[in-house]
Amino acid sequence: MDWAAITLSVQLSTWTTLALLVIGMPIAHWLAFSSWRWKFLVEAVVALPLVLPPTVLGFYLLLALSLRSPLGQMYLKLTGATLPFTFQGLLIASIVYSLPFAVQPFTAAFAAVDRRLIEASWSLGVSRRATFFRVIVPLARHGLVTGMVLSFAHTLGEFGVVLMVGGNLPGITRTVSISIYDDVQALNYSTAAQTSLLLLVISFLVLAVTYALQRNLRTPWLLH
Amino acid sequence: MAAALTADFSKAFPGGTVVAAELRLETDTAPVTVLFGPSGSGKTTILRCLAGLERPEVGDIRFGDQMWFDAAVNICLPPQQRRIGYLFQEYALFPHRTVAQNVGFALRGTRPARQARIASLLGLLDLDGFAARYPRQLSGGQQQRVALARALATDPQLLLLDEPLSALDAPAREPLRRELRRVLSGCGIPTLLVTHDRVEALALGDRMLVIADGHIRQAGPVHEVFSRPADLAVARTVGVETVIPGRVIAQADGLLTVEVGTARVTACDPGGVEGDVFLCVRAEEVIIERGPLARMSARNHLNGRIVAMNPEGPLFRVTVDCGFPLAALITRPACEDLALAVGEAVTAVVKATSIHLIPRDDLVRRRAV
Repeated sequence: MDWAAITLSVQLSTWTTLALLVIGMPIAHWLAFSSWRWKFLVEAVVALPLVLPPTVLGFYLLLALSLRSPLGQMYLKLTGATLPFTFQGLLIASIVYSLPFAVQPFTAAFAAVDRRLIEASWSLGVSRRATFFRVIVPLARHGLVTGMVLSFAHTLGEFGVVLMVGGNLPGITRTVSISIYDDVQALNYSTAAQTSLLLLVISFLVLAVTYALQRNLRTPWLLH
Repeated sequence: MAAALTADFSKAFPGGTVVAAELRLETDTAPVTVLFGPSGSGKTTILRCLAGLERPEVGDIRFGDQMWFDAAVNICLPPQQRRIGYLFQEYALFPHRTVAQNVGFALRGTRPARQARIASLLGLLDLDGFAARYPRQLSGGQQQRVALARALATDPQLLLLDEPLSALDAPAREPLRRELRRVLSGCGIPTLLVTHDRVEALALGDRMLVIADGHIRQAGPVHEVFSRPADLAVARTVGVETVIPGRVIAQADGLLTVEVGTARVTACDPGGVEGDVFLCVRAEEVIIERGPLARMSARNHLNGRIVAMNPEGPLFRVTVDCGFPLAALITRPACEDLALAVGEAVTAVVKATSIHLIPRDDLVRRRAV
């Protein structure tokens, strides 16, 4: 079994999930509470990775990360390294690819928080920022957990974007799904079967543990 | 400069509804002002604008020398900077926090200081022993008291209460109304209380603002507004009846003797009424008599003179000065039969059961069981 690929995929998924928690919450907060009339355009952009073929998304990301783009140039100046076919480049691509899987549950959870609770906190003199962390986040935590789990699982299984942006460098960008593809191409069916089974078990365990936790998290105020 | 909340603003809603408010609350004497009006008349909007939760389009709001809102210079302080206590209609308690955590939500300072403050507030509102409960585990009345404790915790300079008792069922309301009156008069914080319930307005308010169709129509002491509505819109809103301050001086066999002005009247004891009261009589239930009286079941025969007669459709509103002004609605033929005219001596007859007493006493209080 290609343990390097498995480790890499788990690392990529973990970092992507953490990054999406940090990036996704402000975007979701804005989407949930803004009344800007053109908001739907931002919503459409956030949801694009859901419908675009991974190859199309990967192609644009490759262009955006290349040395000809401002982003690639900036990264080169800051770090002296390039992004395509590196773990960092892959991470950026994964964040974009899984963005809707984090932002949409986050937004739905934020929007479901009773507006009066937020206003009650403000009128008690608690700042907007503190209200976000002390009222909105605790009440939206189920949605936050759901978004994180979906991001993790989605990144774990990504294939097309990885191939376009990361290529197939063992230990650097060869993720578990590419490793399985390679094994099948090389007719190593038994290795492919083992890795596939492992991925299946990991995915199932992550989801099962999350749903179990969500159930146990129901503290008295959620019981009728 | 006298400490007062002055506001003169208006806010338009999509669909053409406009809510306008021009009001003044004296804040150094700390009375409870009731904002009274039917549902949908704009009461809550006015409260939200004062709290900074809504932004009016034009006008200004000042509290003492603080400028809270001024459309002309584009100032609008956020609610955090207004130091208010806002009680939401459904209380808006934080469901993920215990009673103690709700009350102490915005408290600063050391942990012992915060805990002492929480304990004293829970004691004040009769919530000892509930500190560790979650809002869902409380009755409506208990939730209301927790919300009030939370609003009082940060020592606000103005209390805004949105229909504080309307979310409760009727039996729970009566004891809580007294409790609320006690707490409000005890804390000494100027209060604006929104309600559409006339008993609540009479029991809790010192002064009263009547709002109808998005405008404030009348302001004044509660019983005056009820007894002397300024125009038809106010009269329709408050429902016309005589409301006079009085004092219970004796109690016997389920009947109370109430001193009103220079007169004494007998009323049924609704239970637990002592001391200062408002005495309410609907004009429809007052009978006018002239000449020798027959033996009647009605307990109150009040001698006086007619001081005013105003036509109201097919009826006359006859005001009799019988130690206090008492209005009676009388048909035209009855007026002609009795030859009623201003200055004539008459007897106003009111059954004891037609006199409704609303307790106003803060000092003597009884716990309803």
